[in-house]
Amino acid sequence: MTVKLVLRGKEYEVKPGMTLLDSLKKINVFSESVLAVRNGEMILDDEILKDGEVVKLVSVISGGGQ
Amino acid sequence: MKCRACGAKAAVNMRQHKLALCQPHFLEWIPEQTARFIKKYRMFGPDEKVLVAVSGGKDSLSLWDILHRLGYHADGLYLGLGIDLSPSGGEGIAYSDESRRLTEQFARERGLKLHVVDIQAEYGHSIPALATLTHRGQNRPCSVCGVAKRHEMNRMARDLGYDVLATGHNLDDEAAVLFGNTLSWQSEFLLRQGPVLPEHDGLARKVKPLCRFYEKEMAAYAILRGIEYIYEECPYSVGSTSMYYKELLNRLETDRPGAKLAFYLKFLEARAGGLFIQPENAPQALHNCPTCGQPTQYEGKCSFCRMMEKVQPAQ
Repeated sequence: MTVKLVLRGKEYEVKPGMTLLDSLKKINVFSESVLAVRNGEMILDDEILKDGEVVKLVSVISGGGQ
Repeated sequence: MKCRACGAKAAVNMRQHKLALCQPHFLEWIPEQTARFIKKYRMFGPDEKVLVAVSGGKDSLSLWDILHRLGYHADGLYLGLGIDLSPSGGEGIAYSDESRRLTEQFARERGLKLHVVDIQAEYGHSIPALATLTHRGQNRPCSVCGVAKRHEMNRMARDLGYDVLATGHNLDDEAAVLFGNTLSWQSEFLLRQGPVLPEHDGLARKVKPLCRFYEKEMAAYAILRGIEYIYEECPYSVGSTSMYYKELLNRLETDRPGAKLAFYLKFLEARAGGLFIQPENAPQALHNCPTCGQPTQYEGKCSFCRMMEKVQPAQ
């Protein structure tokens, strides 16, 4: 009974039934710093994550200048 | 959460604006707002030629996409920095190679004009090699990179006859710089920071049309628009102060939506209201570098030419 969150190749497991925002808090990631993609679709903080789902977290922070 | 415009499922929620939008409406909203900022800050007019500094990242490619959609005459400038070896082990990472490939692919697919300057081909050394040879930057080539990029961007804009140079700096970039300059009260830098740096004495006008969008919004725009960008970070930016400041500001933003935007906009208001003034002993006019002819703050060679002098013995 887990939901998998993947950020830069690193996998985190959280319990299903929580919102994305609460799941991010559990793994100490700021919601402002990532975009969440599930099955190719962007999902928002209030989305409830279900058992077996895999959510890709895309880091949005870049440090280099243009 | 539902789109405010049509009621469909929202793809993006911008808490600082209390605005959620679906994919099609978000992809309309970003260019509309960009056009509004260009006008509001008088960045450039519809007939001016814009040179967009593109790195292969999400912000600069999105900026180029938006300006093209808005109908501006916008060409790209890519600077090949030669960052293709890992800073620690020296193994190949092809960061610059991949960013150039993605930039060229973007331009080719849209039929856009791209200028490429390869620093190593032009000057004989890559950016990391220049940093090593000149002993600048305490094991990071970021300072050398900044000097070289500013010099080359201005040179290309001037030599190729562009009216304005546009960069993809977003609000998080601007807020992080502002935060750093405020922590150390760099009043001279604070005086100059803004959406537009006017042209003068041979310096091209510089504009930042994305300066009011959060970094998260620009990443969402690139992904939803289907723009392929380089996701990997510049290896030298890992652990940098600017990344640290961005994380701190995002922590604040998570608890207090709108804090980053207010920090930047209130600063612009305060600056316009005269909070920062030019020091009395500040140099009044710029000088021309005797080697390259570009403007420089002090008499004699500019920073870039002084740097190159160290690695290229006098003939």
